[in-house]
Amino acid sequence: MAQISLTVNGKVRKGNVEPRVLLVHYLREQLRLTGTHIGCDTSQCGACTVLIDGRSAKSCTVFAVQADGSTITTIEGLAQDGKLHPLQDGFWEEHGLQCGYCTPGMIMAATTLLKDNPSPSEREIREGISGNYCRCTGYQHIVNAIQHAAKKG
Amino acid sequence: MPTSPVLPKLVGQRVKRREDPRLIQGRGTYVDDVAIIGMQHIAFKRSDVAHGRIVSIDTSAASAMEGVEAVFTGAQIAELLPAMPIGTPFPSPEHRAVAVDTVRFAGEPVAVVVASDRYIARDAAEAIVVTYDMLPAVVDLEQAMSGKPAVIHPDFPNNLALPLVSSGTGVSASGAVDDTAINAAFAKAEVVISQRMMNQRLAPSAMEPRGVVAHYEPGKGTMTIWSSTQNPHILRTMIAALTKMGEDQVRAIAPEVGGGFGAKINIYGEEYVAAAVSKRLGIPVKWIEDRAEAFVATTHGRDILAYIDLAAKRDGTVLGLKLRLIADIGAYNMLLTAAIPTLTQMMANATYDIPAIRTTLTEVFTNKTPTDAYRGAGRPEATYFVERAMDMLARELKMDPAEVRRKNFIQPDQFPFTTQVGAIYDSGNYENALNVALKAANWEQLKTERDAARAQGRLVGLGLSMYVEVCGIGPSNSLPTGGWEHSQVTIERDGRISATTGASPHGQGNETTFAQMLADQFGVPFEHVTILHGDTGVVKQGIGTFGSRSQAVGGTALQMAGAKVKSKMAKFAAALLEAHEDDLVFENGTISVKGSPASGKSFASVASFAYIPVPLPAGMEPGLSEEAFFEPTNNTYPFGCHISMVEVDRKTGEPTLLKMFAVDDAGNLINPLIVEGQIHGGLAQGIGQAMIEEVVYDENGQLVTGSFMDYAIPRAIDFPRFELTSAVTPTPVNPMGAKGVGEAGTLGSTPSIVSATVDALSGFGVKHIDMMLRPEKLWRIIQGGQS
Repeated sequence: MAQISLTVNGKVRKGNVEPRVLLVHYLREQLRLTGTHIGCDTSQCGACTVLIDGRSAKSCTVFAVQADGSTITTIEGLAQDGKLHPLQDGFWEEHGLQCGYCTPGMIMAATTLLKDNPSPSEREIREGISGNYCRCTGYQHIVNAIQHAAKKG
Repeated sequence: MPTSPVLPKLVGQRVKRREDPRLIQGRGTYVDDVAIIGMQHIAFKRSDVAHGRIVSIDTSAASAMEGVEAVFTGAQIAELLPAMPIGTPFPSPEHRAVAVDTVRFAGEPVAVVVASDRYIARDAAEAIVVTYDMLPAVVDLEQAMSGKPAVIHPDFPNNLALPLVSSGTGVSASGAVDDTAINAAFAKAEVVISQRMMNQRLAPSAMEPRGVVAHYEPGKGTMTIWSSTQNPHILRTMIAALTKMGEDQVRAIAPEVGGGFGAKINIYGEEYVAAAVSKRLGIPVKWIEDRAEAFVATTHGRDILAYIDLAAKRDGTVLGLKLRLIADIGAYNMLLTAAIPTLTQMMANATYDIPAIRTTLTEVFTNKTPTDAYRGAGRPEATYFVERAMDMLARELKMDPAEVRRKNFIQPDQFPFTTQVGAIYDSGNYENALNVALKAANWEQLKTERDAARAQGRLVGLGLSMYVEVCGIGPSNSLPTGGWEHSQVTIERDGRISATTGASPHGQGNETTFAQMLADQFGVPFEHVTILHGDTGVVKQGIGTFGSRSQAVGGTALQMAGAKVKSKMAKFAAALLEAHEDDLVFENGTISVKGSPASGKSFASVASFAYIPVPLPAGMEPGLSEEAFFEPTNNTYPFGCHISMVEVDRKTGEPTLLKMFAVDDAGNLINPLIVEGQIHGGLAQGIGQAMIEEVVYDENGQLVTGSFMDYAIPRAIDFPRFELTSAVTPTPVNPMGAKGVGEAGTLGSTPSIVSATVDALSGFGVKHIDMMLRPEKLWRIIQGGQS
């Protein structure tokens, strides 16, 4: 067991974990932040995307111990003071989700996309989210959602 | 007197989904988010061989591991569970949830571990040692039909799950076959198109893998089972039957479900095992599938080989169609496996008035993961085979692909139209869909663009496909579960509305569309309506969501239950208003006498009166809650036209989809925003099938495409912007006039893309290319001119 300390959604969380425990499992099962999902086991699908020190990362590809000392934002921490993040608004306005399973990871990936490129072209959006799979929407409404957020941002 | 704002009519509007706030904030509860104190975790030991006899299973190391609660072999599970039933009336070999003495596909469960956490459960499963007597793996579909290299189930010679079923012209209900008409059609032919076509095997790949939590409570003798399923009521029935409980003792819950696409209709061995193990041990247990498991353990889709012959005159008039189908169903029959290819037979008539059609179907066992429904389920296959043949006919006759279709359409005045294969198409206007699509795509302009690109040496092609599918399933003679849907609508004491639906959604947005309908029906605010679903403890009866049936069947049941309770509420209001119930209008949150809105009572006050009726109007029971079952008289048959433009890279063979136009006629629409989303998603899966998806097995029956590294599902970068146009031909089958749209996108997109690619490479003499359009395959055509 290793002791780790993370700042998750603004709160310091200390805990003991087996070194092999994935960050996504630590978030979901120890911290009960179940908004972050698991859709594959090979780092393709991006359902588990969170922000580590402000950058999007696939939390199934990181051991919890590797994240020791870092600051993490999950989907639960994105809305501020009860106000939805512009990307959350965009996904709602533009019907950017159906089953909702990929959505948290997709939104977290898009935050980094817009941080790096506040007014991306459609092509840049499509490339920017190509590390995240969605099986329901065909992506068009997701693209619209990110464009919506970019306009508001 | 309450003054209310004027409420807009919501049916037909692009209403934002009310499911979304929880889902965009990570507050949905999917099955893996369910946690119960004392819950333990299940892991399965799965066969790593495709075909073999189990010689020994050594569970001692696993059992000795700290944290392991129990280990069960297949033989031990067989003491808890009978063999798994199927939902189709076809003969089927015994299928155990956990293999007892023989394994028949790589990934079949052979043992079960229950442990205190999922890591330990997995460790223990890996510590189980199984030895096998290897048997030859049956992989090649056509070879399998000669019983080679092995017979998988002794009672099914030559691996024939279903030896031969014929349908079409000259085939009587008893199965007697008269070839006169079909032979005459081909004798008159001036041109015959013949082609072998493979509709390849696919992995449905919902983003949420399957999962189950089973909680048997010994004190009460009841079971609660959460599962990522499309149909909790069917789950309840099956779990009760197999664990020897009553349906009243089992509560099945489909919580938030992360996509299904047909693969979560089947009730799986893992669900039965979780229930049986929970009951045996008296503790709650959870099993969550990982993606590698999903590729082998969740049913696959498609995998039908066709030999098609199309007889026509040189003016493009189709005279006859023969379609010989051979389906590779994998190692076992699942719930609907055997029925899926029969839908391909049923839709072989496509959108055309063809004088003679003959189909035959053979289903074959192989040592692969079983197949079952996958979005479209049998209808995309029919569309693909017939539309590809129509395209080949157009090419042979040097006709425009639109014109050869136009020549053969069933005409609007021919509906209801009984097809040569026995379907009764409810309504349609196929030529209109074609015309709308040609206009939306600017077809003549597209052809000019294609020709200009070709003049520059680029390999650009156009493809067009019509489709018609069978949806809104259906009357009870078309579904072994019953073909109805159920709803209960309750006006609560405060005037808010709770309504249940058995159409359990997994992304379709029924909470929104159904609330739109009830808000309009009662003239109350959308926000005052709650739609309850997915829990058999709350939703008394139901069938589930598949076959594009939520709106057509579930929506109608909802509206019928609403009408019943509205009629009762009108009686209470009539008593309060001293008016006749037939003179009342429900609008803007009030119930009033027609023509004098100021005289009205608030909706809430009438609701309150119904629960505290002083005095109780004569002949009335208190309360406002009514239920309805709706069984349609027929399926619905939505249709449309998809057009695509594809470019193939001359140097690499890589195809790119440049444009995609879709015209879909699904009848009346409740929420066009949600409909667009459904069509986009269907197109994405149809395009995926055409271009990049294929389940591949090696000669030993090992799955080669066992992860997202090897099985490509489309990414955002793979698509252009889809251009949608709708046409509306209502169905007479239900009062909403809605046909269903969940699967439509998978129908026309696939053949249109293959036809566009054949068009792009037509200069190399190619007439047909089997899916998927692997760049290597296209590159070889460009290099050698071979198909």
